[in-house]
Amino acid sequence: MTTASLAAPRINPVRAIGRAALGAVREVGAVSLFAARGAAAAFSLPWFPNQLLRQLVAIGFFSLPVVGLTAVFTGAALALNIYTGGGRFNAEQVMPQIVALGITRELGPVLAALMLAGRVSAAIAAEIGAMRATEQIDAMRTLSTDPIRYLVAPRLLAAVMVLPLLTIVADTLGVAGGWLVAVRVLNFNPTTYIHNTATFLQAWDVGSGLVKAAVFGFIVALMGCYHGYNASGGARGVGRATTHAVVSAAVLIFAADYLLTSLFAHP
Amino acid sequence: MNTVPKLEWKAIDKRFNGAPVLAGLNLSVAAGRSLVIIGGSGQGKSVMVKTALGLMRPDAGEIALNGRDTVGLSERARRKLFAGVGVLFQGSALFDSLTVWENVAFRLINADGVSRRVARDRAIGALERVRLGADAADLYPSELSGGMQKRVGLARAVVADPEILFFDEPTTGLDPITAAAIDALIVEQVRHLGCTAVSITHDLPSARTIGDDIAMLQGGKIVWQGPARDLDRTDNPYVRQFVEGRADGPITSVGHSDARAVHA
Repeated sequence: MTTASLAAPRINPVRAIGRAALGAVREVGAVSLFAARGAAAAFSLPWFPNQLLRQLVAIGFFSLPVVGLTAVFTGAALALNIYTGGGRFNAEQVMPQIVALGITRELGPVLAALMLAGRVSAAIAAEIGAMRATEQIDAMRTLSTDPIRYLVAPRLLAAVMVLPLLTIVADTLGVAGGWLVAVRVLNFNPTTYIHNTATFLQAWDVGSGLVKAAVFGFIVALMGCYHGYNASGGARGVGRATTHAVVSAAVLIFAADYLLTSLFAHP
Repeated sequence: MNTVPKLEWKAIDKRFNGAPVLAGLNLSVAAGRSLVIIGGSGQGKSVMVKTALGLMRPDAGEIALNGRDTVGLSERARRKLFAGVGVLFQGSALFDSLTVWENVAFRLINADGVSRRVARDRAIGALERVRLGADAADLYPSELSGGMQKRVGLARAVVADPEILFFDEPTTGLDPITAAAIDALIVEQVRHLGCTAVSITHDLPSARTIGDDIAMLQGGKIVWQGPARDLDRTDNPYVRQFVEGRADGPITSVGHSDARAVHA
Protein backbone atom coordinates (compact mmCIF):
# COMPACT_ATOMS: atom_id res chain seq x y z
CA MET A 1 0.00 0.00 0.00
CA THR A 2 1.43 3.38 -0.94
CA THR A 3 1.72 6.44 1.26
CA ALA A 4 -0.61 8.34 -1.05
CA SER A 5 -3.38 5.79 -0.62
CA LEU A 6 -3.10 6.05 3.18
CA ALA A 7 -3.40 9.83 3.21
CA ALA A 8 -6.74 11.26 4.35
CA PRO A 9 -8.82 12.70 1.53
CA ARG A 10 -8.24 16.42 1.13
CA ILE A 11 -11.32 18.53 1.53
CA ASN A 12 -11.51 21.75 -0.43
CA PRO A 13 -13.47 24.08 1.90
CA VAL A 14 -14.49 26.46 -0.90
CA ARG A 15 -15.85 23.57 -2.93
CA ALA A 16 -17.64 22.12 0.10
CA ILE A 17 -19.30 25.45 0.92
CA GLY A 18 -20.23 25.94 -2.72
CA ARG A 19 -21.73 22.46 -2.91
CA ALA A 20 -23.74 23.03 0.27
CA ALA A 21 -24.96 26.42 -0.96
CA LEU A 22 -26.01 24.98 -4.32
CA GLY A 23 -27.76 22.12 -2.55
CA ALA A 24 -29.66 24.56 -0.34
CA VAL A 25 -30.70 26.68 -3.31
CA ARG A 26 -31.81 23.57 -5.18
CA GLU A 27 -33.86 22.40 -2.18
CA VAL A 28 -35.52 25.81 -1.74
CA GLY A 29 -36.34 25.85 -5.45
CA ALA A 30 -37.78 22.35 -5.33
CA VAL A 31 -39.93 23.13 -2.26
CA SER A 32 -41.14 26.37 -3.85
CA LEU A 33 -42.13 24.63 -7.09
CA PHE A 34 -43.85 21.86 -5.15
CA ALA A 35 -45.74 24.44 -3.07
CA ALA A 36 -46.80 26.31 -6.21
CA ARG A 37 -48.04 23.10 -7.84
CA GLY A 38 -49.92 22.12 -4.69
CA ALA A 39 -51.50 25.57 -4.29
CA ALA A 40 -52.46 25.71 -7.98
CA ALA A 41 -54.09 22.28 -7.69
CA ALA A 42 -55.95 23.34 -4.55
CA PHE A 43 -57.57 26.27 -6.35
CA SER A 44 -58.46 24.67 -9.67
CA LEU A 45 -60.68 21.80 -10.85
CA PRO A 46 -60.98 18.87 -10.46
CA TRP A 47 -61.29 18.71 -6.68
CA PHE A 48 -61.60 15.63 -4.55
CA PRO A 49 -64.09 16.64 -1.81
CA ASN A 50 -64.02 13.20 -0.17
CA GLN A 51 -60.28 13.50 0.27
CA LEU A 52 -60.66 17.02 1.69
CA LEU A 53 -63.28 15.84 4.15
CA ARG A 54 -61.10 12.91 5.22
CA GLN A 55 -58.16 15.24 5.82
CA LEU A 56 -60.27 17.78 7.72
CA VAL A 57 -61.17 15.01 10.15
CA ALA A 58 -57.68 13.49 10.31
CA ILE A 59 -55.84 16.79 10.71
CA GLY A 60 -58.43 18.79 12.62
CA PHE A 61 -60.70 16.63 14.71
CA PHE A 62 -58.07 14.13 15.84
CA SER A 63 -55.67 16.93 16.81
CA LEU A 64 -58.16 18.52 19.20
CA PRO A 65 -57.09 16.59 22.34
CA VAL A 66 -53.36 17.23 21.97
CA VAL A 67 -53.82 20.90 21.05
CA GLY A 68 -56.35 21.43 23.84
CA LEU A 69 -54.25 19.84 26.57
CA THR A 70 -51.13 21.70 25.46
CA ALA A 71 -53.00 25.00 25.52
CA VAL A 72 -54.52 24.46 29.00
CA PHE A 73 -51.18 23.60 30.60
CA THR A 74 -49.33 26.38 28.78
CA GLY A 75 -51.92 28.96 29.83
CA ALA A 76 -51.71 27.76 33.43
CA ALA A 77 -47.89 27.82 33.49
CA LEU A 78 -47.83 31.21 31.79
CA ALA A 79 -50.16 32.64 34.43
CA LEU A 80 -47.93 31.41 37.24
CA ASN A 81 -44.77 32.73 35.58
CA ILE A 82 -46.22 36.16 34.84
CA TYR A 83 -47.67 36.45 38.34
CA THR A 84 -44.30 35.55 39.87
CA GLY A 85 -42.31 37.81 37.54
CA GLY A 86 -44.83 40.63 37.73
CA GLY A 87 -44.60 40.54 41.53
CA ARG A 88 -41.05 41.89 41.29
CA PHE A 89 -42.42 45.30 40.26
CA ASN A 90 -45.91 45.08 41.74
CA ALA A 91 -47.56 44.28 38.42
CA GLU A 92 -49.36 41.07 39.43
CA GLN A 93 -52.74 42.52 38.52
CA VAL A 94 -51.93 42.80 34.78
CA MET A 95 -51.39 39.06 34.61
CA PRO A 96 -54.78 38.31 32.90
CA GLN A 97 -54.07 40.80 30.12
CA ILE A 98 -50.55 39.49 29.50
CA VAL A 99 -51.70 35.88 29.50
CA ALA A 100 -54.41 36.71 26.98
CA LEU A 101 -52.01 38.66 24.78
CA GLY A 102 -49.32 35.98 24.94
CA ILE A 103 -51.74 33.18 24.17
CA THR A 104 -53.66 34.80 21.32
CA ARG A 105 -50.80 36.52 19.55
CA GLU A 106 -48.05 33.96 20.04
CA LEU A 107 -48.45 30.78 22.01
CA GLY A 108 -51.86 29.66 20.75
CA PRO A 109 -50.95 29.55 17.05
CA VAL A 110 -47.32 28.50 17.56
CA LEU A 111 -48.05 25.65 19.98
CA ALA A 112 -51.00 24.39 17.94
CA ALA A 113 -48.78 24.44 14.85
CA LEU A 114 -45.93 22.64 16.63
CA MET A 115 -48.31 19.96 17.86
CA LEU A 116 -49.54 19.55 14.29
CA ALA A 117 -45.97 19.45 13.01
CA GLY A 118 -45.29 16.50 15.30
CA ARG A 119 -48.58 14.72 14.72
CA VAL A 120 -49.63 15.63 11.20
CA SER A 121 -46.42 16.38 9.26
CA ALA A 122 -45.00 13.05 10.39
CA ALA A 123 -48.17 11.15 9.51
CA ILE A 124 -48.46 12.77 6.08
CA ALA A 125 -44.79 12.14 5.26
CA ALA A 126 -45.02 8.52 6.40
CA GLU A 127 -48.23 7.85 4.48
CA ILE A 128 -47.18 9.49 1.21
CA GLY A 129 -43.63 8.14 1.56
CA ALA A 130 -44.97 4.59 1.94
CA MET A 131 -47.17 5.17 -1.11
CA ARG A 132 -44.08 6.25 -3.04
CA ALA A 133 -42.11 3.19 -1.85
CA THR A 134 -44.87 0.76 -2.85
CA GLU A 135 -45.46 2.37 -6.28
CA GLN A 136 -48.94 3.58 -5.30
CA ILE A 137 -48.10 7.08 -6.55
CA ASP A 138 -46.93 5.68 -9.89
CA ALA A 139 -50.11 3.60 -10.01
CA MET A 140 -52.19 6.73 -9.42
CA ARG A 141 -50.52 8.47 -12.36
CA THR A 142 -51.20 5.50 -14.63
CA LEU A 143 -54.84 5.71 -13.53
CA SER A 144 -55.02 9.21 -15.06
CA THR A 145 -55.12 10.91 -11.65
CA ASP A 146 -52.66 13.63 -10.68
CA PRO A 147 -51.19 12.70 -7.25
CA ILE A 148 -50.54 16.38 -6.48
CA ARG A 149 -54.23 17.06 -6.95
CA TYR A 150 -55.43 13.92 -5.16
CA LEU A 151 -52.93 13.68 -2.29
CA VAL A 152 -51.25 17.06 -1.80
CA ALA A 153 -53.92 19.68 -2.51
CA PRO A 154 -56.53 18.29 -0.06
CA ARG A 155 -53.94 18.10 2.73
CA LEU A 156 -52.74 21.67 2.11
CA LEU A 157 -56.30 23.00 2.03
CA ALA A 158 -57.36 21.04 5.09
CA ALA A 159 -54.40 22.19 7.17
CA VAL A 160 -54.88 25.84 6.16
CA MET A 161 -58.57 25.64 7.06
CA VAL A 162 -58.19 23.67 10.27
CA LEU A 163 -55.24 25.25 12.05
CA PRO A 164 -57.00 28.63 12.61
CA LEU A 165 -59.93 26.70 14.11
CA LEU A 166 -57.59 24.71 16.34
CA THR A 167 -55.97 28.01 17.30
CA ILE A 168 -59.33 29.39 18.43
CA VAL A 169 -59.66 26.30 20.63
CA ALA A 170 -56.07 26.75 21.87
CA ASP A 171 -56.69 30.46 22.60
CA THR A 172 -59.86 29.71 24.53
CA LEU A 173 -58.38 26.83 26.53
CA GLY A 174 -55.09 28.67 27.09
CA VAL A 175 -56.89 31.65 28.60
CA ALA A 176 -59.07 29.21 30.56
CA GLY A 177 -55.92 27.53 31.92
CA GLY A 178 -54.64 30.91 33.09
CA TRP A 179 -58.03 31.73 34.62
CA LEU A 180 -58.11 28.41 36.47
CA VAL A 181 -54.72 29.00 38.07
CA ALA A 182 -55.52 32.65 38.81
CA VAL A 183 -58.81 31.81 40.51
CA ARG A 184 -57.90 28.56 42.25
CA VAL A 185 -54.28 29.18 43.19
CA LEU A 186 -53.72 32.95 43.17
CA ASN A 187 -57.10 34.06 44.55
CA PHE A 188 -58.07 36.31 41.65
CA ASN A 189 -61.70 37.30 41.36
CA PRO A 190 -63.11 35.11 38.54
CA THR A 191 -65.41 37.76 37.08
CA THR A 192 -62.81 40.52 37.20
CA TYR A 193 -60.29 38.22 35.47
CA ILE A 194 -62.65 37.60 32.57
CA HIS A 195 -63.69 41.25 32.42
CA ASN A 196 -60.06 42.43 32.33
CA THR A 197 -59.20 39.92 29.62
CA ALA A 198 -62.22 40.79 27.47
CA THR A 199 -61.83 44.57 27.70
CA PHE A 200 -58.08 44.45 27.06
CA LEU A 201 -58.01 42.14 24.06
CA GLN A 202 -58.43 43.69 20.62
CA ALA A 203 -59.78 41.87 17.59
CA TRP A 204 -56.43 42.04 15.85
CA ASP A 205 -54.73 40.25 18.77
CA VAL A 206 -56.82 37.22 17.93
CA GLY A 207 -56.95 37.91 14.19
CA SER A 208 -53.18 38.14 13.77
CA GLY A 209 -52.84 34.79 15.53
CA LEU A 210 -55.36 33.24 13.16
CA VAL A 211 -53.52 34.60 10.11
CA LYS A 212 -50.32 33.13 11.50
CA ALA A 213 -52.10 29.83 12.06
CA ALA A 214 -53.23 29.62 8.43
CA VAL A 215 -49.64 30.17 7.27
CA PHE A 216 -48.35 27.60 9.77
CA GLY A 217 -50.99 25.12 8.55
CA PHE A 218 -49.68 25.48 5.01
CA ILE A 219 -46.12 24.89 6.25
CA VAL A 220 -47.08 21.80 8.27
CA ALA A 221 -48.89 20.12 5.38
CA LEU A 222 -46.36 21.25 2.78
CA MET A 223 -43.39 19.78 4.64
CA GLY A 224 -45.19 16.47 5.21
CA CYS A 225 -46.27 16.22 1.59
CA TYR A 226 -42.96 17.37 0.10
CA HIS A 227 -40.74 15.04 2.10
CA GLY A 228 -43.13 12.10 1.71
CA TYR A 229 -43.58 12.63 -2.02
CA ASN A 230 -39.83 12.74 -2.59
CA ALA A 231 -38.99 9.85 -0.26
CA SER A 232 -36.63 7.25 -1.72
CA GLY A 233 -34.77 4.25 -0.44
CA GLY A 234 -37.54 2.06 0.98
CA ALA A 235 -38.39 1.93 4.68
CA ARG A 236 -35.25 3.85 5.65
CA GLY A 237 -36.15 6.59 3.21
CA VAL A 238 -39.66 6.83 4.65
CA GLY A 239 -38.20 7.17 8.15
CA ARG A 240 -35.83 9.88 6.95
CA ALA A 241 -38.67 11.71 5.21
CA THR A 242 -40.72 11.67 8.42
CA THR A 243 -37.88 13.13 10.47
CA HIS A 244 -37.13 15.79 7.86
CA ALA A 245 -40.80 16.73 7.65
CA VAL A 246 -41.13 17.32 11.40
CA VAL A 247 -37.82 19.14 11.82
CA SER A 248 -38.22 21.38 8.77
CA ALA A 249 -41.84 22.18 9.65
CA ALA A 250 -40.84 23.19 13.18
CA VAL A 251 -37.97 25.40 12.03
CA LEU A 252 -40.07 27.04 9.31
CA ILE A 253 -42.89 27.69 11.79
CA PHE A 254 -40.51 29.62 14.05
CA ALA A 255 -39.02 31.52 11.10
CA ALA A 256 -42.45 32.38 9.72
CA ASP A 257 -43.59 33.37 13.21
CA TYR A 258 -40.84 35.96 13.48
CA LEU A 259 -41.47 37.30 9.98
CA LEU A 260 -45.22 37.59 10.51
CA THR A 261 -44.80 39.12 13.97
CA SER A 262 -42.45 41.73 12.48
CA LEU A 263 -44.99 42.40 9.76
CA PHE A 264 -47.88 42.77 12.21
CA ALA A 265 -45.99 44.76 14.85
CA HIS A 266 -46.45 48.54 15.03
CA PRO A 267 -43.51 49.85 17.06
CA MET B 1 -53.07 -2.01 -43.25
CA ASN B 2 -51.91 0.00 -40.26
CA THR B 3 -48.14 -0.42 -39.91
CA VAL B 4 -47.61 2.09 -37.11
CA PRO B 5 -46.45 0.15 -34.02
CA LYS B 6 -48.66 0.48 -30.99
CA LEU B 7 -45.64 1.28 -28.86
CA GLU B 8 -42.08 2.06 -29.81
CA TRP B 9 -38.85 2.81 -27.94
CA LYS B 10 -36.49 4.69 -30.27
CA ALA B 11 -32.81 5.05 -29.34
CA ILE B 12 -33.56 5.39 -25.64
CA ASP B 13 -30.72 6.28 -23.26
CA LYS B 14 -31.14 6.36 -19.51
CA ARG B 15 -28.40 6.77 -16.93
CA PHE B 16 -28.43 6.72 -13.14
CA ASN B 17 -25.53 8.51 -11.44
CA GLY B 18 -23.64 8.34 -14.71
CA ALA B 19 -24.07 4.58 -15.14
CA PRO B 20 -25.97 3.61 -18.31
CA VAL B 21 -29.05 1.46 -17.73
CA LEU B 22 -30.61 1.81 -21.17
CA ALA B 23 -28.17 2.49 -24.00
CA GLY B 24 -29.65 3.20 -27.42
CA LEU B 25 -32.59 0.88 -26.80
CA ASN B 26 -34.83 0.19 -29.80
CA LEU B 27 -37.95 -1.94 -29.62
CA SER B 28 -41.45 -1.86 -31.07
CA VAL B 29 -44.67 -3.68 -30.29
CA ALA B 30 -47.27 -4.26 -32.99
CA ALA B 31 -50.93 -3.62 -32.20
CA GLY B 32 -52.69 -6.68 -30.81
CA ARG B 33 -49.48 -8.56 -29.96
CA SER B 34 -48.32 -9.66 -26.54
CA LEU B 35 -44.63 -8.92 -26.06
CA VAL B 36 -42.68 -10.20 -23.09
CA ILE B 37 -39.36 -8.59 -22.19
CA ILE B 38 -37.06 -10.95 -20.33
CA GLY B 39 -33.72 -10.27 -18.72
CA GLY B 40 -31.83 -10.62 -15.49
CA SER B 41 -32.31 -8.53 -12.38
CA GLY B 42 -30.97 -4.98 -12.63
CA GLN B 43 -30.97 -4.95 -16.43
CA GLY B 44 -33.42 -2.06 -16.67
CA LYS B 45 -36.67 -3.85 -17.52
CA SER B 46 -38.68 -1.81 -15.02
CA VAL B 47 -36.93 1.39 -16.16
CA MET B 48 -37.92 0.52 -19.71
CA VAL B 49 -41.57 0.18 -18.78
CA LYS B 50 -41.50 3.32 -16.63
CA THR B 51 -40.17 5.33 -19.57
CA ALA B 52 -43.00 3.97 -21.70
CA LEU B 53 -45.56 4.91 -19.05
CA GLY B 54 -44.18 8.43 -18.71
CA LEU B 55 -43.21 7.77 -15.09
CA MET B 56 -39.53 8.29 -15.90
CA ARG B 57 -38.06 10.58 -18.51
CA PRO B 58 -35.34 9.12 -20.74
CA ASP B 59 -32.12 11.10 -21.15
CA ALA B 60 -32.36 10.73 -24.94
CA GLY B 61 -34.60 9.11 -27.50
CA GLU B 62 -38.28 8.93 -28.24
CA ILE B 63 -41.18 6.83 -26.96
CA ALA B 64 -44.04 6.65 -29.43
CA LEU B 65 -47.52 5.53 -28.40
CA ASN B 66 -49.81 5.13 -31.42
CA GLY B 67 -47.10 6.93 -33.39
CA ARG B 68 -47.10 9.98 -31.12
CA ASP B 69 -44.00 10.93 -29.13
CA THR B 70 -44.81 10.92 -25.42
CA VAL B 71 -41.54 12.27 -24.01
CA GLY B 72 -41.88 15.69 -22.41
CA LEU B 73 -45.67 15.80 -22.56
CA SER B 74 -47.40 17.91 -19.92
CA GLU B 75 -49.08 16.00 -17.09
CA ARG B 76 -52.49 16.82 -18.54
CA ALA B 77 -51.58 15.69 -22.08
CA ARG B 78 -49.95 12.57 -20.68
CA ARG B 79 -53.08 11.68 -18.71
CA LYS B 80 -55.21 12.06 -21.85
CA LEU B 81 -52.88 9.96 -24.01
CA PHE B 82 -52.55 7.26 -21.36
CA ALA B 83 -56.29 6.98 -20.70
CA GLY B 84 -56.29 3.72 -22.67
CA VAL B 85 -53.42 2.17 -20.72
CA GLY B 86 -53.73 -0.35 -17.89
CA VAL B 87 -50.89 -1.45 -15.62
CA LEU B 88 -50.41 -4.34 -13.20
CA PHE B 89 -47.54 -3.40 -10.90
CA GLN B 90 -45.05 -5.85 -9.42
CA GLY B 91 -46.31 -5.39 -5.84
CA SER B 92 -49.87 -4.74 -7.09
CA ALA B 93 -49.61 -1.14 -5.75
CA LEU B 94 -53.13 -1.20 -4.34
CA PHE B 95 -54.21 1.85 -2.34
CA ASP B 96 -54.18 0.80 1.33
CA SER B 97 -56.83 3.26 2.43
CA LEU B 98 -59.39 2.16 -0.15
CA THR B 99 -61.47 -0.99 -0.33
CA VAL B 100 -61.00 -3.53 -3.11
CA TRP B 101 -63.85 -2.18 -5.23
CA GLU B 102 -62.70 1.43 -4.71
CA ASN B 103 -59.24 0.39 -5.89
CA VAL B 104 -60.65 -1.25 -9.01
CA ALA B 105 -62.97 1.70 -9.71
CA PHE B 106 -60.33 4.36 -8.95
CA ARG B 107 -59.91 5.54 -12.53
CA LEU B 108 -63.64 5.39 -13.24
CA ILE B 109 -64.53 7.58 -10.24
CA ASN B 110 -61.60 9.98 -10.13
CA ALA B 111 -60.64 10.40 -13.78
CA ASP B 112 -63.65 9.38 -15.85
CA GLY B 113 -66.35 10.96 -13.67
CA VAL B 114 -68.43 7.77 -13.40
CA SER B 115 -70.90 7.75 -10.48
CA ARG B 116 -69.91 5.62 -7.48
CA ARG B 117 -72.91 3.31 -7.96
CA VAL B 118 -72.11 2.57 -11.61
CA ALA B 119 -68.38 2.38 -10.85
CA ARG B 120 -69.03 -0.18 -8.11
CA ASP B 121 -71.07 -2.35 -10.50
CA ARG B 122 -68.32 -2.19 -13.12
CA ALA B 123 -65.66 -2.92 -10.50
CA ILE B 124 -67.53 -6.00 -9.30
CA GLY B 125 -67.87 -7.11 -12.94
CA ALA B 126 -64.09 -6.77 -13.36
CA LEU B 127 -63.48 -8.65 -10.11
CA GLU B 128 -65.64 -11.51 -11.34
CA ARG B 129 -63.61 -11.61 -14.56
CA VAL B 130 -60.52 -12.32 -12.47
CA ARG B 131 -62.39 -14.94 -10.38
CA LEU B 132 -62.95 -12.78 -7.31
CA GLY B 133 -66.50 -12.59 -6.11
CA ALA B 134 -68.47 -9.59 -4.90
CA ASP B 135 -67.74 -10.71 -1.33
CA ALA B 136 -64.15 -9.46 -1.75
CA ALA B 137 -65.32 -6.02 -2.88
CA ASP B 138 -65.55 -4.44 0.56
CA LEU B 139 -62.32 -5.88 1.97
CA TYR B 140 -59.15 -3.80 2.29
CA PRO B 141 -55.94 -4.82 0.47
CA SER B 142 -54.28 -5.76 3.77
CA GLU B 143 -56.93 -8.47 4.21
CA LEU B 144 -55.99 -10.20 0.93
CA SER B 145 -53.34 -12.79 0.06
CA GLY B 146 -50.60 -11.94 -2.46
CA GLY B 147 -52.41 -13.84 -5.21
CA MET B 148 -55.70 -12.07 -4.47
CA GLN B 149 -53.92 -8.72 -4.52
CA LYS B 150 -52.56 -9.54 -7.99
CA ARG B 151 -56.07 -10.37 -9.14
CA VAL B 152 -57.37 -7.06 -7.80
CA GLY B 153 -54.48 -5.28 -9.53
CA LEU B 154 -55.41 -7.07 -12.76
CA ALA B 155 -59.08 -6.14 -12.35
CA ARG B 156 -58.02 -2.50 -11.83
CA ALA B 157 -55.87 -2.65 -14.97
CA VAL B 158 -58.65 -4.02 -17.20
CA VAL B 159 -61.78 -2.35 -15.78
CA ALA B 160 -61.65 0.61 -18.20
CA ASP B 161 -61.14 -1.64 -21.28
CA PRO B 162 -57.60 -0.44 -22.12
CA GLU B 163 -55.97 -0.61 -25.56
CA ILE B 164 -52.63 -1.55 -24.07
CA LEU B 165 -51.75 -3.42 -20.90
CA PHE B 166 -48.45 -3.46 -19.02
CA PHE B 167 -47.52 -6.24 -16.63
CA ASP B 168 -44.53 -5.65 -14.37
CA GLU B 169 -43.25 -8.99 -13.04
CA PRO B 170 -46.81 -10.34 -12.73
CA THR B 171 -45.83 -13.61 -11.05
CA THR B 172 -42.97 -12.51 -8.81
CA GLY B 173 -43.39 -13.73 -5.25
CA LEU B 174 -46.21 -16.16 -6.08
CA ASP B 175 -46.19 -19.93 -5.70
CA PRO B 176 -46.11 -21.88 -9.01
CA ILE B 177 -49.81 -22.75 -8.94
CA THR B 178 -50.96 -19.20 -8.22
CA ALA B 179 -48.45 -17.92 -10.79
CA ALA B 180 -49.92 -20.24 -13.43
CA ALA B 181 -53.43 -19.05 -12.53
CA ILE B 182 -52.36 -15.38 -12.89
CA ASP B 183 -50.70 -16.17 -16.25
CA ALA B 184 -53.90 -17.83 -17.47
CA LEU B 185 -55.95 -14.82 -16.36
CA ILE B 186 -53.58 -12.46 -18.16
CA VAL B 187 -53.87 -14.44 -21.41
CA GLU B 188 -57.66 -14.57 -21.03
CA GLN B 189 -57.99 -10.82 -20.35
CA VAL B 190 -55.66 -9.79 -23.18
CA ARG B 191 -57.64 -11.98 -25.61
CA HIS B 192 -60.98 -10.77 -24.25
CA LEU B 193 -59.98 -7.12 -24.71
CA GLY B 194 -58.11 -7.71 -27.98
CA CYS B 195 -55.48 -5.33 -26.70
CA THR B 196 -51.70 -5.01 -26.97
CA ALA B 197 -49.71 -6.29 -23.99
CA VAL B 198 -46.19 -5.60 -22.75
CA SER B 199 -44.90 -7.71 -19.89
CA ILE B 200 -41.57 -7.83 -18.14
CA THR B 201 -40.45 -10.88 -16.25
CA HIS B 202 -37.56 -13.18 -15.54
CA ASP B 203 -39.98 -16.07 -15.02
CA LEU B 204 -39.56 -18.15 -18.21
CA PRO B 205 -42.66 -20.38 -17.85
CA SER B 206 -44.68 -17.19 -17.43
CA ALA B 207 -43.00 -15.59 -20.47
CA ARG B 208 -43.79 -18.63 -22.64
CA THR B 209 -47.43 -18.63 -21.50
CA ILE B 210 -48.31 -14.97 -21.90
CA GLY B 211 -46.06 -13.88 -24.79
CA ASP B 212 -46.66 -14.00 -28.54
CA ASP B 213 -43.20 -12.48 -28.89
CA ILE B 214 -40.24 -12.30 -26.55
CA ALA B 215 -37.39 -9.79 -26.41
CA MET B 216 -34.32 -10.09 -24.23
CA LEU B 217 -32.85 -7.01 -22.56
CA GLN B 218 -29.18 -7.16 -21.67
CA GLY B 219 -26.66 -4.41 -21.09
CA GLY B 220 -29.19 -1.70 -21.85
CA LYS B 221 -30.26 -3.00 -25.25
CA ILE B 222 -32.37 -5.67 -26.84
CA VAL B 223 -30.02 -8.53 -27.72
CA TRP B 224 -32.65 -10.87 -29.11
CA GLN B 225 -36.26 -10.65 -30.27
CA GLY B 226 -38.47 -13.27 -31.85
CA PRO B 227 -41.62 -15.34 -31.56
CA ALA B 228 -42.08 -17.06 -28.18
CA ARG B 229 -41.78 -20.50 -29.81
CA ASP B 230 -38.23 -19.62 -30.96
CA LEU B 231 -37.00 -18.94 -27.43
CA ASP B 232 -35.86 -22.54 -27.00
CA ARG B 233 -34.46 -22.83 -30.53
CA THR B 234 -32.29 -19.75 -30.87
CA ASP B 235 -28.54 -20.07 -30.54
CA ASN B 236 -28.16 -16.51 -29.28
CA PRO B 237 -25.62 -16.91 -26.45
CA TYR B 238 -27.43 -14.54 -24.07
CA VAL B 239 -30.75 -16.28 -24.50
CA ARG B 240 -29.14 -19.71 -24.24
CA GLN B 241 -27.38 -18.82 -21.00
CA PHE B 242 -30.55 -17.25 -19.57
CA VAL B 243 -32.83 -20.12 -20.59
CA GLU B 244 -30.39 -22.76 -19.35
CA GLY B 245 -29.69 -20.83 -16.15
CA ARG B 246 -25.93 -21.16 -16.43
CA ALA B 247 -23.48 -18.99 -14.46
CA ASP B 248 -20.89 -19.16 -17.25
CA GLY B 249 -21.46 -17.23 -20.45
CA PRO B 250 -21.57 -13.70 -21.76
CA ILE B 251 -23.85 -12.55 -18.91
CA THR B 252 -21.86 -11.93 -15.76
CA SER B 253 -23.35 -12.30 -12.32
CA VAL B 254 -23.10 -8.56 -11.65
CA GLY B 255 -25.60 -8.07 -14.43
CA HIS B 256 -23.74 -6.28 -17.21
CA SER B 257 -22.02 -7.88 -20.13
CA ASP B 258 -20.52 -7.20 -23.50
CA ALA B 259 -23.94 -6.78 -25.05
CA ARG B 260 -22.66 -4.54 -27.81
CA ALA B 261 -20.97 -7.47 -29.49
CA VAL B 262 -24.14 -9.43 -30.22
CA HIS B 263 -27.22 -8.33 -32.10
CA ALA B 264 -30.60 -9.89 -32.41
